[in-house]
Amino acid sequence: MWTIGLAAGVVALLPAVGVTASTPPATGGTKIQVMVASSGPAETAAVEAAIHAWEAASGNTVELIAAKDMNLQLGQALAGGEPPDVFYVNADKFQEYAKGGSLAAVGDKLDNPDDFYQSLRDVFTYEGKLYCAPKDYSSLGLIINKKSWAAAGLTDADIPKTWDDLAAVAKKLTTDSQVGLASGATRDRLGAFMVEAGGYFTNADQSAATVDSPENLKALEFIKSMLDAGSLKFAENLDVGWGGEAFGKEKAAMVIEGNWIRGAMKSDYPTVEYTVAELPKGPAGPGSMVFTQCWGVAQATKHMDAAVSFVNFMTKADTQLALAQAFGVMPSRASAKDAFLAANPDFAPFVAAGEYGRGQVTLPAFSAVLAEFDKGLLAMAKGETDPATLLKETQTNADDAMSG
Amino acid sequence: MTTAMVGEVPLESDEDLRALGRRSRRAERRRGEGLWGWLFLSPSLILLITFVIVPIALALYVSFTKWNGQGGPFSKSASWVGLENYQRLLTRSGLTRKNFSTSLRNNLYFVLLVVPLQTIIALFLAIILHQRKLKGKSFFRTAFYMPSISSAVAVGMIFVFLFASGGVVNTVLGWFGAKDISWFNNGTGIFHSFFKVLGVDKPPSWLASHDFLGLSWWNWISGPSWSMTVIIILAVWTTSGTFMLMLLAGLQNVPEEVHEAAAMDGAGRWQTTRLVTLPLLKKQIILVVTLGLIGTWQMFDQIYVMSDGAGETMTPAYLAYVSGMKDNRLGSASALAFILFGIILVFTAVQRFVTRDKEGGR
Repeated sequence: MWTIGLAAGVVALLPAVGVTASTPPATGGTKIQVMVASSGPAETAAVEAAIHAWEAASGNTVELIAAKDMNLQLGQALAGGEPPDVFYVNADKFQEYAKGGSLAAVGDKLDNPDDFYQSLRDVFTYEGKLYCAPKDYSSLGLIINKKSWAAAGLTDADIPKTWDDLAAVAKKLTTDSQVGLASGATRDRLGAFMVEAGGYFTNADQSAATVDSPENLKALEFIKSMLDAGSLKFAENLDVGWGGEAFGKEKAAMVIEGNWIRGAMKSDYPTVEYTVAELPKGPAGPGSMVFTQCWGVAQATKHMDAAVSFVNFMTKADTQLALAQAFGVMPSRASAKDAFLAANPDFAPFVAAGEYGRGQVTLPAFSAVLAEFDKGLLAMAKGETDPATLLKETQTNADDAMSG
Repeated sequence: MTTAMVGEVPLESDEDLRALGRRSRRAERRRGEGLWGWLFLSPSLILLITFVIVPIALALYVSFTKWNGQGGPFSKSASWVGLENYQRLLTRSGLTRKNFSTSLRNNLYFVLLVVPLQTIIALFLAIILHQRKLKGKSFFRTAFYMPSISSAVAVGMIFVFLFASGGVVNTVLGWFGAKDISWFNNGTGIFHSFFKVLGVDKPPSWLASHDFLGLSWWNWISGPSWSMTVIIILAVWTTSGTFMLMLLAGLQNVPEEVHEAAAMDGAGRWQTTRLVTLPLLKKQIILVVTLGLIGTWQMFDQIYVMSDGAGETMTPAYLAYVSGMKDNRLGSASALAFILFGIILVFTAVQRFVTRDKEGGR
């Protein structure tokens, strides 16, 4: 048994050694490893289909690794020094990998990089260079229960445009059995209010933490006022796993959630009718959050040309349209926008948010700071802390994380 | 030849029969034995060195570096920072220290509640099962042992359902007029909740103004959070069975005559238990407490399955995993692991000292 296994291993190794010794051909015959973290069977199937199309077009082959725990598996591969050639990069890990030299800066090798939305390119830019191609994106909107809306005597004209509107309709929609507005107690939802107030956790190029600012204070005080009025409740305090569940179980008439809610509503709560609106404007204008991943190319890859050609294929407008259709995300290219909207008119508010939304903070070691901020939001709901203290503490933690 | 291969004992017993002159030959043979010994040991020794000693040494090295988990611990991405990781965890105020001390607090309450509870319950079950009169002994033994051999993941999920908002536990409590308790994501300490019932809502200033490891005294005395309480119940329920089996084995080693003699001397059931059974079970109890202490300080899997650290259920072992594997701070995570190692050593040493054999000589 052992000898057979060993012999097979040696045989398997031989062609690989042959390939590394010579320069790989630009087209055909190259095998690349691709690691993805799939959101579910729909995404896996769609990605596989796209991969087969690329294999047929280029003559190369792909070994697909569907990671169960992306950060863990990719982390191990990177620590071992032999990462996959192409892999999904989560926004919150981006700078870690760029800074650590794991990620190749392939921005200038991408087809028409300016076609990617600015907000998404910002996320994957480090020291002025675009490192990787945004795979797709999701964003936040205001999801409204139609039945509750009508029951409260509200019409289309009442869709909130400003914070005051939002507070007013949330109050009207709040009943004994239902809270007006629900949201997860996290920066990934409530950060939108900071953007709308003109603030955020960091400045534009993420060189400094700007948590403790008058703009952010305005945002948190607005959230606090809605909590105090009882018209906003955190999902965590509604005994549900996330905002979508609160909305689906009709514990909340409105919820701040992303476009992924469509899939959940269809499969889990098909009877609840809803409509989607853009988040209301704040004192500094519209705001939302955008969530994205990118197709990273490993610095250590020996098949740079094939890897880049693969990424270009996967982020082409028509590939993205097919992927978006399959699992409910939105194409990261502006040129795919019209075709996508034609097929998904209900996604208009989410698509619009791509223009003005803000991406997640990508600084290394920042997730612990933001996790602590989220805890602080829950403490704020209980009255154990106040907006000013929370921002001050988060600023201290952020400065500390950035210096270390 | 045969004597030599069986081992030392026959040789020792033969000693006075042997002539002095043969001693040197025996020493030679013994050297040969030693070589063979090492040879036979080598497979497990090599495994031990490769998979235990080297990784520990490597982790110790990593704990003195700032390594983000990319490109190997000896690459230039891992810079030597001396004691900084330890300082951030222990002496320098900041989020790292606060998270660490909070996890320490959470785990401390877990240990303080789980170890005594599971030991007492295991002992109680073992003594009941040891009664001669009990019918259907093997059924009960299996039933009590069942939780221990069930998969931690499955048991964790069942507890999630039991303690969910509309779950069995809240329904039953509801019959007695209790209002729904949100067990998960509930980081309020049960002592704090109790103080609140007594009317102490805000901490007295002397508790709020003093701190240890960056956590105020008031936060140290919070007690386990409601979420942690669920995990404590789960841990006691699952591990009692294992320890019961160990204690039962100990009980079965106690000769029946000892109990009969005690009965003849007019000892009641309680006296027999306290004065005869318990002292004879001492070794097993020490084993159970030691294993309990070590296991509870390393608590990880229940957190991984049930809470992901939410609701003040973060423990040092889970924090090390999160900061190493999720936040890519392997230096800090390794330092944390070594501090945890030290804590376990200290606790076990204290426990050994307290339960040491006071008569001496044995």
